[in-house]
Amino acid sequence: MESKISISNLNFYYGKEQALHDITLEIPERQVVAFIGPSGCGKSTFLRTLNRMNDTIPIAKADGTVLIDGKDIYAPNTDVVALRRKVGMVFQKSNPFPKSIFENIAYGIRINRMYENKADLEQKVGKALHDAALWDEVKDRLNTSAFGLSGGQQQRLCIARALAVQPEVILMDEPASALDPIATQKIEELIVELKKQYTIVIVTHNMQQAARVSDRTAFFMLGKLVEYNATQKMFTNPDERLTEDYITGRFG
Amino acid sequence: MEHRIIDQQLDLLRDKLLLLGGMTEKALHRAMQSLTERDSDLARKVLEEDKIINQMELEIDRLSVEILALQQPAAHDLRFVISVAKITPILERIADHATNIADAAIRINDEPQLKSYIDLPAMAQNAAEMLRTALDAFTTEDAALSREIIKQDQKIDASYKRVFNELIEIMIDNPSTTASAAQLLFVAKHIERIGDYVKDICELNVYLREAAFIKHSPKI
Repeated sequence: MESKISISNLNFYYGKEQALHDITLEIPERQVVAFIGPSGCGKSTFLRTLNRMNDTIPIAKADGTVLIDGKDIYAPNTDVVALRRKVGMVFQKSNPFPKSIFENIAYGIRINRMYENKADLEQKVGKALHDAALWDEVKDRLNTSAFGLSGGQQQRLCIARALAVQPEVILMDEPASALDPIATQKIEELIVELKKQYTIVIVTHNMQQAARVSDRTAFFMLGKLVEYNATQKMFTNPDERLTEDYITGRFG
Repeated sequence: MEHRIIDQQLDLLRDKLLLLGGMTEKALHRAMQSLTERDSDLARKVLEEDKIINQMELEIDRLSVEILALQQPAAHDLRFVISVAKITPILERIADHATNIADAAIRINDEPQLKSYIDLPAMAQNAAEMLRTALDAFTTEDAALSREIIKQDQKIDASYKRVFNELIEIMIDNPSTTASAAQLLFVAKHIERIGDYVKDICELNVYLREAAFIKHSPKI
């Protein structure tokens, strides 16, 4: 299996506080990798190192290498905007722009000048909404406010927005934690569908969700990678005692 | 977390399985006793108590499903519930074989006794011992012991062949014994099947401990 992302010996610091310790991990192309672990274990921090979202924190510092398609994303000449286009992100809380449904999707396509004419723009917006399994629900109200959508729809709108700029990797930080079971199921089905085209990394507190959607699971604790294994192995017979204790709720 | 909610339920599941195991051992022991001591009343008790065993199987099934649905166990917890859910019907089937032995006893106890039932009691003793050890190995999650028990099944298979041949000879020598000897052949076959079932339990013990399915595998 080809690696889309190769992380080696990654350390990450918030000021003097070391949040990630010597992480080495390969993320295969067109697979879903789930990060699990207790709150504060560094899984979200790690996720954000993969498109340099942590750059926005002044005291944050990373060392080690993160290669995407063989290119070091922490190299000085990296175009961070291009990187974030290639590595899109969906957050825990849906954050649509205070604009229409159409404009939410069109925004990224416009600022990146990724369209030829109005018809092309409309076609691209439509495709992103289709790919995010939202089209049928919004096709008759594209010009209404995105805030009129339900929580689950807003989250899929954010996924559509990420897809619109044609990323290759999608990072999802607890994408379904604020959603009801039906909306959660839709997001999970979408994740499984999207992995045909994209490499997906998802942070989740919901272990069943990790088990349902991911091909591989990484378990973090206190900023360290405890175990990284095929999800099936992880949930039936993990190699590490610590993983077993965590996934069976024996932690205290 | 010192005590998880699931622990209580897993303990209950283990208790119920061991209780079922105990009842099954008792059924087998009594069935053989009813045959060797020509005690048809005891045989009828075995038939009667099989209904309790069937109920116990259903209870364990219900509890297993409940734990899977509500506690969503993973890793060792999951393997434990799966093992119990798979061992339970095996025990119930062993008890069914005991019932069939008791049934055979009722049929032949009123007939004149064939020569001292040859190797049957020893064969049943072996099977009962294997069953008891297999349940111990389940409790202690002892994969090595389970593998040892699996090997012992060969002894039962060999006894079965011996008993089979002897009974055929008896039938040929004295055709008037055919009806009783045929019943004893069935008894021998039931015991031989019990040996196979104990083997299946041991394979699940290995799964519980090592997460490896060794059934149908040439290497144990």
